Amino acid sequence: MNTLWDFLSMSDANVRFVTIGSVLLAASSAVVGCFTVLRKRALVGDAVAHAVLPGVCLAFILTGEKNPLILLLGSFLTGWLSLIIIDLVTANSRIKEDTAIGLVLSVFFGIGILLLTSIQHSNNENQSGLDKFLFGSAAALVGQDLITFGAVAVLLLLSVLLLYKEFKLISFDLAYARTIGLPVRGLELLLTTLTVLAVVVGIQSVGVVLMSAMLITPAAAARFWTDRLGAMVVIAAAMSAFCGAAGAYVSFTAPAMPTGPWIVMLLSLLAIFSFILAPKKGLLARYLMQRRLRRQMTRENILKTLFHLGEAKGEYEHSYSKQQILERRRQPLLRMKNGLKVLRRQGLVQESHDGWALTSPGKKEAQRIVRLHRLWELYLTEYLQVASDHVHEDAESIEHVLTPELEKRLEELLDYPTSDPHHTTIPQQS
Amino acid sequence: MNIDAFWIILTGALVAICCSLLGCFLILRRMAMVGDAISHAVLPGIVLAFLFSGSREVWTMLIGAALLGVACTFLIEFFHKKARVQADASIGVTFTTLFALGIILISVYAGKVDLDQDCVLYGEIAYVPLDIWLTESGLNMGPRTVWIIGGVLVLLLLFITVFYKQLYLTSFDPAFATAIGLSTTLWYYLLMGAVSLTTVAAFESVGAILVVALMVGPPATAYLLTDDLKKMLVLSALAGTIASAAGFYLALWLNGSVAGAISVIIGLQFLLAFVFSPSHGLLAKRRQPIAVMKANAV
Repeated sequence: MNTLWDFLSMSDANVRFVTIGSVLLAASSAVVGCFTVLRKRALVGDAVAHAVLPGVCLAFILTGEKNPLILLLGSFLTGWLSLIIIDLVTANSRIKEDTAIGLVLSVFFGIGILLLTSIQHSNNENQSGLDKFLFGSAAALVGQDLITFGAVAVLLLLSVLLLYKEFKLISFDLAYARTIGLPVRGLELLLTTLTVLAVVVGIQSVGVVLMSAMLITPAAAARFWTDRLGAMVVIAAAMSAFCGAAGAYVSFTAPAMPTGPWIVMLLSLLAIFSFILAPKKGLLARYLMQRRLRRQMTRENILKTLFHLGEAKGEYEHSYSKQQILERRRQPLLRMKNGLKVLRRQGLVQESHDGWALTSPGKKEAQRIVRLHRLWELYLTEYLQVASDHVHEDAESIEHVLTPELEKRLEELLDYPTSDPHHTTIPQQS
Repeated sequence: MNIDAFWIILTGALVAICCSLLGCFLILRRMAMVGDAISHAVLPGIVLAFLFSGSREVWTMLIGAALLGVACTFLIEFFHKKARVQADASIGVTFTTLFALGIILISVYAGKVDLDQDCVLYGEIAYVPLDIWLTESGLNMGPRTVWIIGGVLVLLLLFITVFYKQLYLTSFDPAFATAIGLSTTLWYYLLMGAVSLTTVAAFESVGAILVVALMVGPPATAYLLTDDLKKMLVLSALAGTIASAAGFYLALWLNGSVAGAISVIIGLQFLLAFVFSPSHGLLAKRRQPIAVMKANAV
């Protein structure tokens, strides 16, 4: 607990720099990342991150010194160029986007490595530490970097805040944005520029390979918690800021631990947690909903089977054994037993010594389902010209989801029919 | 040409052929970035194999990394299909997670693991001739890497020639392949296993970035030159080989990294094909409307 308190009090200037720097970087790249991910250009960040290297080297070769601003400018230029080339190649040849990204990424990085090694072998004593730019070291952040970080972060956040509505439009409905006369090309370029800016600054702290995670992971995770862009941006930024601080804390307690990879690791864990456990969209929530629906379908099918069994003789409250039900409709025994149990609890069926029978509310429910099934069969033959021996399968699945409103419209459309394409009666609403 | 240069170029060419053959299938399936992801994601596999075996034992590393590569593709598929994460985001999240895990493992076991991330990213092909395989009797068999990559290449050639039809069908027409009883999933994972194996065999000498460059570049160049898969395979292997030889001399001239120089040549090759390809190049496309106009005029 003591170390946590030490960390939180931020009495150590170095801790202060690293933490504030990591939080600013993480939050601002997450905000920009939301838009890149939504525009399905998530991996573009990876290309930019790799394309930064030749820029850094060229800037160094031209000026012969490691002025951070000039290096940033160089990396910004090549990062930007890489995106333009990707667009150019995909627009003008049959090369697909993924191939273009992979190609630009590796070729730019190759050029960078060639230049870097060439510089290293040239015995310019000034060059040492140039590769820091590549693999990032958040722990080496100093006051001056923090100012750069802060400035860029504020710039990114301000631009997104000011142009929020425009960015939202070009992320979701490009055609509409064009119709209402927005300068789409310009806005896309601006968004690209912001992405490049975020990547260029972020690389120094997490490194080339992991930079794309700072853009993608928080956005992908936040997407699972909300359908609203505003909320998504805020959630992504909050997650990132938290992981940024937590990553700094890890390397504070264990100085051998690299900050960047820990930030990414924590972000990934949060993301995987979201993928699985988020309400509504998470894997678990969707699985549970599917199970609920499947069980309801089983129950409705049992009711229907009992109804069919009774239909032949016209007496619906007769009892049937499990064997008889199974003969009429094949299904796993265990699933049927569970279904019957729930139906009994709901008062839709009753058990007697010689089997199971529909109660009168049960009969009503069964009638409703059979009705929907037959109405749909009729609709398919009358309106979609489907042969009458092909309509059963489709009706089997739709009968469980048709709403009362649709039922009413079907009835009106079919002019209150009484028999289905197989010449069996459609049970009327009682 | 001295003997060291010969070994370096030979290694480069072998890696180039392996990667560009597989790359053809990757880019046709629009999975170039999955190749990129695998090449980064094998890092924790290599570190773990290193920890278990305690040395740079080739076979444990190959197995460890190949397993991680397949695990990476599995995770990408799982996040995309089951959890419904957007496809590109799923790739991005998976490989960065695994790479971060690798770096963290390296820092935890810093004393025990003789690896660093720049070695993984851009390797050093110039050291290939130094690691000589000497037999018991002291016979000089040449560099160890050449034998490993040569072995992988033989396996790959066998794999592609024997199962050409299956690979072809599952890449171009998965629906038809399924209809005639081929398991698309099986071939997908076999292909990804091959990609992981190649990546690992190559990473030590050429690094992850050159693997990506070789997997994407020569096939993309070949894709602009032909419509026939067999021709595309041959052309891209040829382009990769030329790039590795030319890259070596470029690196010698600039006194820089061989891997970097090879990527530069790959970029140039693509640029040439992009502009001058007789069927799909920029110039050919410019000319087409004119040709059509002339035809109409006649």
